[in-house]
Amino acid sequence: MSTDVGPPPAPVRAEPLRAPRRVPVPLLLLLPSAVFMALLFGWPLLSGIMEAFRGPDGFTTANWERMAGEPRFWEAVRNTLLLTAVVIPIQFTFAVAMALLLQAKPRGAGFYFYVWAVPLAISDLAAGLVWLAIFTDLGYLNSALVDIGIVERGAQWLNYQNPTSLFLTVVVAEVWRATSLVLIIVVAGMQVIPKDYDEAAQVFGATFWKRLWHVTLPLLRPSLQVALILRTILAFEAFAVAQALTGRNFPLLVGETYEWSVNLQNPAVASAVALVVLGMSMVVAVIYLRALRQPDSVRSGR
Amino acid sequence: MAEVRMRNLVKTYPGGSTRATDDVSLDVDDGEFMVLLGPSGCGKTTLLRMVAGLELPDSGQVVIRGRDVTYLPPRERNLSMVFQSYAVFPHKRVRANIGFGLQMRGVPREEITRKVAWAADLLQLAPYLERYPSQLSGGQRQRVAVARAIVMDADVLLMDEPLSNLDAMLRLSFRAELKRLVGEIGTTTLYVTHDQAEALSLGDRIAVMRDGAIVQCDAPIAVYDVPASEFVGGFLGSPPMNFLSGTLAGTNGTVELDLGEGAARLPAPAALAGFRGQAVRAGVRAETIGVSHEQRPGAARCVVEVFEPLGSAVLITADLGGQRIKVQAPATFRADPGDELWLSLEQDNLRWYDPDSGAALATSAPATAS
Amino acid sequence: MSTVAPAPLLLSDVELPPVDRAPLRRLRRRRAMLQAACILVTLFMGFPVYLIALAAFSSRQTLNAFPKSLLPTEVSTETISAFLSSTGVLPAFLNSIMIGLATLVLALLIGAPAGYAIARFVFRGRDTYQLAMLLTRALPIVVLAVPLAQLFLTAGLYDTILAVTLVHAALALPTTILITASVFVSVPRDLEEAAQLFGCTRAQAFRRIVVPMALPGIAASAIFTFVLSWNEVLAAAVLTLNNRTLPAQVLTSLSDSPLAFRFAGGFALVLPALLFILLMRRYLLNMWGSTLR
Repeated sequence: MSTDVGPPPAPVRAEPLRAPRRVPVPLLLLLPSAVFMALLFGWPLLSGIMEAFRGPDGFTTANWERMAGEPRFWEAVRNTLLLTAVVIPIQFTFAVAMALLLQAKPRGAGFYFYVWAVPLAISDLAAGLVWLAIFTDLGYLNSALVDIGIVERGAQWLNYQNPTSLFLTVVVAEVWRATSLVLIIVVAGMQVIPKDYDEAAQVFGATFWKRLWHVTLPLLRPSLQVALILRTILAFEAFAVAQALTGRNFPLLVGETYEWSVNLQNPAVASAVALVVLGMSMVVAVIYLRALRQPDSVRSGR
Repeated sequence: MAEVRMRNLVKTYPGGSTRATDDVSLDVDDGEFMVLLGPSGCGKTTLLRMVAGLELPDSGQVVIRGRDVTYLPPRERNLSMVFQSYAVFPHKRVRANIGFGLQMRGVPREEITRKVAWAADLLQLAPYLERYPSQLSGGQRQRVAVARAIVMDADVLLMDEPLSNLDAMLRLSFRAELKRLVGEIGTTTLYVTHDQAEALSLGDRIAVMRDGAIVQCDAPIAVYDVPASEFVGGFLGSPPMNFLSGTLAGTNGTVELDLGEGAARLPAPAALAGFRGQAVRAGVRAETIGVSHEQRPGAARCVVEVFEPLGSAVLITADLGGQRIKVQAPATFRADPGDELWLSLEQDNLRWYDPDSGAALATSAPATAS
Repeated sequence: MSTVAPAPLLLSDVELPPVDRAPLRRLRRRRAMLQAACILVTLFMGFPVYLIALAAFSSRQTLNAFPKSLLPTEVSTETISAFLSSTGVLPAFLNSIMIGLATLVLALLIGAPAGYAIARFVFRGRDTYQLAMLLTRALPIVVLAVPLAQLFLTAGLYDTILAVTLVHAALALPTTILITASVFVSVPRDLEEAAQLFGCTRAQAFRRIVVPMALPGIAASAIFTFVLSWNEVLAAAVLTLNNRTLPAQVLTSLSDSPLAFRFAGGFALVLPALLFILLMRRYLLNMWGSTLR
């Protein structure tokens, strides 16, 4: 070891050892997406809000009055809410039941899952057309009924003079189409639940229904919450399915937006209607978040 | 009288090519603490789950308390179970967790409260009754799982490696607590583990399993001291039993084991006289071997390879005529790699095994100390 | 050599009751009912798809007949060819394909880097960003479609493939980012670091190590984006006039088109769904599991 090297060299005024200052890599990677979304989401959103209040002389609520003055608008509001209120519970019960069926691992579970998931990739327009083929006057439902001999000629399911029937056909088509989405979310949620919990419940005396109530559903709550919010908001946007099945005989809010925008060439009122949809979605989201909030001391999972 | 009788249980998992349990039969007496011990894949958990009803056997029978339960669903068998992962419901408070089984059976609320308090006291959980599992440590959650099980007054208590998720310190302390607890309550217990120290400490009897079959079932001392096969001897004990290969030799009245290479000759029992000239394996436990730096009559010479001071003792790995042997010596003993040592192996401590099958040989081995 | 019998298991000679098979029978009955329920559900979910295919492949004569047979009596391409040769359908078909492909490329180009950033880096604002992405999925497209139409009009982009591609990419972006993030998370960081230790730059390590392993997940995301774009109706209908996508074309001709046209249209819209789910069924759960936080 050297003994003496003289006084230590004078400290060099070096830059602190750090990467040269520039935008950190992650932010650089995120930038395009953030900009893109801001332009294509943020800007139209603001623009839409402004548009709804725009008149020839500046700020006005005339568009809103125009919108609210149309009886079709209120019909659309009622239909949208009614459709959502009926379809969502049916879908969720159905999806949970289907997920439980799959959970029991029947033979052919893979095949069943494939068929049950197919409607996931079907748009609401296509779903409407599929059920049109079934419900139309000369369609497959009436054909089957006549073949079996139940009725003479088949009913007019899509007759505009029969609003209940119209409503029900739209419900069936929507349930058929969108249950797959909930099914996937529920199945994914169930797979994350360790099966130990269910086995423990079995050993300690719980019947199937008790296990469902005490173990499975509570542990599914986070998944169900997300699914409910997404699904309800999507339900408010249903439109092409009703157009395909009923034409203009079953007004829905988004259908009205489409009408105002494209056929009536009035983007201002169209924006107003769209904002109604947005408002409803936000209210619903808040309600769900409140109602299904876990107690603070229970964190999800372990 | 909650005894468990298993007869000829066969189970192959769908998609599996070998049997998970291969015609297994076992009796567990009322109040007995039976440990199923073996490496992973030996079938011990499958056997436990068949007793629980979480798996159904392909053939065979399970009888609990004189009643055939082979195909009954778990909830009709009056059992309780502690899972390896505890399976404590995260969305229920500790109180609701412990009382879950009682609640499912419709026990009146006051009685549930009373019994939950009793179990919580036993497991020092009383201050935590109103908490959620996420607010507890792993060890405390494990106590909740045990409390939930013992509060049930079940016929049989099943435990699937309940201590394996605890860290080493907790595992030791809770092991003792578990033994005392189960001993006090006195329920028939079936306990699965791969940890041989746990098995030796806890069990009234140990059933050692391998490849779906029970290879030995006896009191811990017997399984440790007189293993029925090389597998058992190698599985129990830390370090595992030493096995030395050699040929039986000797003239006239004596029988000896020739370890080859002029290394040493070990005394063999007279019962093996008829096998002179054949290869055989001798098993001996590390702590039964006497070791010294000085040559003594009858001692075998070895060379030290590794010297490990373990605190309470020292573990010496040595080369005995080309074969590796582990010897345990008192903590004060010292040796360096390369040193020459002299080992004394008494005939009483030697166990004899067939080199092909690994099975123990019939000898007049001394009766194990009871 | 004679061996020691293992210590007796002390199996008692007690007479054991016979095996009770009643629970087994109950179990079998329940499994049978389970299968029956599954079959019923499968019929409900699958039969309509079969029927629309049946309708699409029926001749006009069959379609006008009543009652219709539920079994295929013949396979006719009359309806489909009539559909394809209707004004605007074939171009719309091509538009949909082009827009679909362009969307998936754009979404991946913009989204995959962001997904990588979320997967590999911890930085301030990460949670806010993820929350923002989640929120945009909850935003009804209808709110944006109308103002976007205006904006594109002023920008001169109205009624172009580019316009629809941009909107579809924006719709697909949140999901793409979340899926690619989870895909990259599943590629062990150790491999990348090892590659860098052996001389690759970060970009090279990404290209050579991460991309091949992430490819299946990225493919899943790409197909998901394509189907999203293919199915999207509202924005496409609002934003286009002459260069429609297939759904927009079908939607706008709904009221004036014969039933046969609509059936064929429905089938054309459904077909990619069948293929998509067939290819992607293994990833379905991963995708949705991963997008649940």
